[in-house]
Amino acid sequence: MSASIPQGIADEDIGGPAQPLLSIRGLVKHFPIKGGVLNRTVAVVQAVDGIDFDVAKGETLGIVGESGCGKSTTARLLVRLIDPDAGEVLYDGLKIGAQDGLDLREMRRHVQMVFQDSFASLNPRLTIEDSISFGPKVHGLGAKEAKARARELLQQVGLNPNLFVRRYPHELSGGQRQRVNIARALALRPRLVILDEAVSALDKSVEAQVLNLLQDLKAELGLTYVFISHDLNVVRYMSDRVMVMYLGRVAEIGPVDAIYGNPRHPYTKALLSAMPSMDPDARTQEAPIAGDPPNPINPPAGCRFHTRCPFSEPVCAAKVPDLAAVAGDAKHAVACHMNVAGSGHSRTAGAA
Amino acid sequence: MTGPLVSVEGLRVLFKSADRTVHAVNGVDFALQPGEVLGLLGESGSGKSVTLKALLRLLPASRTTLSGKVTVAGHDVLSMDERALRQYRGGVVSMIFQEPMLAFDPVFTVGDQIAEAVMRHEDVGRAAARGRALEMLERVRIPSAKRRLDAYPHEMSGGMRQRAMIALALACKPQLLLADEPTTALDATVQIQILLLLRELQKEFGMAVIFVTHDVGVAVEVSDRMAVMYGGRIVERGSAADVIRRTAHPYPQGLLASTVHGAMRGTRLEAIPGAPPDLSRMPTGCAFAPRCRLADDTCRSVAPPIAALAPGHEAECHQPRVLSA
Amino acid sequence: MSAASAAVSSEAGQVPVASRGYWSNVLRRLARDKVAMACLAVLVLILLAAIFAPLIAPGDPYRGSIIRRLRPIGTEGYPLGTDELGRDMLTRLIYGGRLSLFMGIVPVLNAFLIGTFLGVVAGYVGGKTNMAIMRTIDVFYAFPSVLLAIAISGALGAGIFNSIVSLTVVFIPPIARVAESVTTQVRNLDFVDAARASGAGALTIIRVHILGNVLGPVFVYATGLVSVSMILASGLSFLGLGTKPPEAEWGLMLNTLRTAIYVQPAVAALPGAMIFVTSICFNLFSDGLRSAMDVKL
Repeated sequence: MSASIPQGIADEDIGGPAQPLLSIRGLVKHFPIKGGVLNRTVAVVQAVDGIDFDVAKGETLGIVGESGCGKSTTARLLVRLIDPDAGEVLYDGLKIGAQDGLDLREMRRHVQMVFQDSFASLNPRLTIEDSISFGPKVHGLGAKEAKARARELLQQVGLNPNLFVRRYPHELSGGQRQRVNIARALALRPRLVILDEAVSALDKSVEAQVLNLLQDLKAELGLTYVFISHDLNVVRYMSDRVMVMYLGRVAEIGPVDAIYGNPRHPYTKALLSAMPSMDPDARTQEAPIAGDPPNPINPPAGCRFHTRCPFSEPVCAAKVPDLAAVAGDAKHAVACHMNVAGSGHSRTAGAA
Repeated sequence: MTGPLVSVEGLRVLFKSADRTVHAVNGVDFALQPGEVLGLLGESGSGKSVTLKALLRLLPASRTTLSGKVTVAGHDVLSMDERALRQYRGGVVSMIFQEPMLAFDPVFTVGDQIAEAVMRHEDVGRAAARGRALEMLERVRIPSAKRRLDAYPHEMSGGMRQRAMIALALACKPQLLLADEPTTALDATVQIQILLLLRELQKEFGMAVIFVTHDVGVAVEVSDRMAVMYGGRIVERGSAADVIRRTAHPYPQGLLASTVHGAMRGTRLEAIPGAPPDLSRMPTGCAFAPRCRLADDTCRSVAPPIAALAPGHEAECHQPRVLSA
Repeated sequence: MSAASAAVSSEAGQVPVASRGYWSNVLRRLARDKVAMACLAVLVLILLAAIFAPLIAPGDPYRGSIIRRLRPIGTEGYPLGTDELGRDMLTRLIYGGRLSLFMGIVPVLNAFLIGTFLGVVAGYVGGKTNMAIMRTIDVFYAFPSVLLAIAISGALGAGIFNSIVSLTVVFIPPIARVAESVTTQVRNLDFVDAARASGAGALTIIRVHILGNVLGPVFVYATGLVSVSMILASGLSFLGLGTKPPEAEWGLMLNTLRTAIYVQPAVAALPGAMIFVTSICFNLFSDGLRSAMDVKL
């Protein structure tokens, strides 16, 4: 490794392997919609409304959900591009922004993000080299070392530094630009990378290249990923655990095989059976659920999925279901009244 | 009617600008029978959307050079004048888009716009046209259709708007529907609803459909026949099963191998190396040769012939090898 | 480097293309714009003439002669005739370019610096700061620019320095507005978020990521204002609020010669023609620069 940035407290692993790299507790973000002459708040988008989850060291947590489910807001909260209204984010056991916790600037070195739009996320006036070396320079690395690091990273993401350092973003293809964005995110040697729809805008043949690259980098650098996508196939391929979000809340979370093989939430089931068939002789015959996802402004009360759920009962509209472990699998949790014995739903785990 | 509804022969589309000439479509031939659904599969820059727009002559005339022969229901599309085109668009052929807000005028209600389209193409009064609009909204399963007639486009949700656009496109009972990635911007649970709706309406109306998409799964869901485009040409075509299961051209083979599906965890994806061709500097031989594992000198210098593999199943390749999946 | 990344190296599809920076691209496109280049040539000519006035002017701009007043164009020794005090018109037009160009460029340059600063701060910080800066600017914007320039000059008194101050104040609001709107657009792009996520402070982000994308469009807009500034400055001189006689300045010359409009119309129109040509050239050059910068990336 080339010359290093001044060391911070969290550079070494403090909490030990059992301590989750990221712990999210009760995270809330509401966006007010201002309007009228007096610019008063007329409505609130409940983008993220009380979510809890952990990301273990070295794993990939996939987050799936439809538009408006809050997955992108979650990504921005994790890298603190926006501040949460409530809840806490612990990085390796340290509270971010707190007195005895981890300084925000320090946290930025450890948590980085790759955006969906490969073009908008690169400054059109900067060369590739300047874009990648910007972060290290901000953290005090000399110009020469920062440039050396940019070349090293380009090599690592599969771009020949001699050909690319002096290029501008518009001279690159979408796949190449996304590689540069990945290199930029790695420039501060982070431990956690948030990938927000990072491959969604790429063509399939290029997407596969970038997915391979992400897997290689993870193994080489011992990274932890939060992989956000609307593509269930890609999330299944990348993730160790998967979190399904619906309208700002967690619907289900668990190991990838449990989520895809034994989904417990009716929404997860619907999402999985809505995937187009790849078999011309076994095309989908019936849509799993009807209607559009409701607007996150004034979402339904109780379980937010109850308006589209085939098993909806009065209790679903009345009470918010807690995220609770599925019987027999402590790692697999679901927020559904049918999962909880005695919840008042006729199809509870016991009754069914 | 006997013979194909759509016949496209040697279609070429060039875009000229001061700096360069883009060869967007480079000799596309296909025919479509009435009531048949063709899935046109390709990545960005493959020429799939341009081909579709050429069928409706929607490309900006000043920068575009069209050549070849396009016949749709007896109309010679490339030689039509503006007046004939107006009758042709929406009457014989109509189109649905990825972004439904493009199809609607934001200042008129959905019902008025559908009624307007009906009156433009058929000799009916306003009341009858509104009746047709209501009928169409019901047929695309818009709940409380009567109320929605007076809704403005922005008052509808994404999936609803997509349905309304389909209603608008089908209001004059076209013989051919062109669909340009109509489900790409939709959520997964909504996408499948729209795909099933299109399949159902296609049968009900007996119309032919050309469905452009970059998503193999979506193409499989809707198509009777499929054609895969690359570098402005159709490189493989056949029944959906031919193209998916008995793939012969290395490009669709690579595309299928690199498309993540099912339980592939832990395996390395077989990505196609390189990037799609620069359409302003097309290679002389096979456009896919620079990325192809099997390419030899012939591939790089001579344009590939059409290899017939089975009735209706063709691949444009010097060395097609059927890989059974 | 590991074997795995060596393998992907060939996957990324690398085509070596000669790399050109954004600005060299802009210059290349600008060089192909014949109108813009012709205008640039005229402007350079006028500027050089003004700078080297003592070397190239045939006479003394202040020495007149009562007996040679208002000679027509083409008089021997006075190729462009003489003015109402018998001074050589060619000499005075060459010297007059000094002050006129100065009055065209300096206020816009001042306003460019101050207006861009205000606009970028308002656009980047947003919220209440934006509100405070932009609403204050709107107050100035509400007055027609001519009226505002006259009012401020009138209050401060005649003179070159005061004219520059008043014209600077006139041009700050439009420039700040353009800078604010461009900044707001750029600020919402992902690369600014990426820079924030890497821990950079606001000043660094503005310096590295915002200014590079904002200065260009604002500069183009400002070049278009130079002609306005020249005309306004001439107007102030015309009203007696700018330069004072016997200085040579095109606006002032136009003013003092207006009494001769019936005697020697061609001579009297010369300063006006200079103002016209220079402003047109600035405007057309600015248009050329705008379209050269409007590269679809």
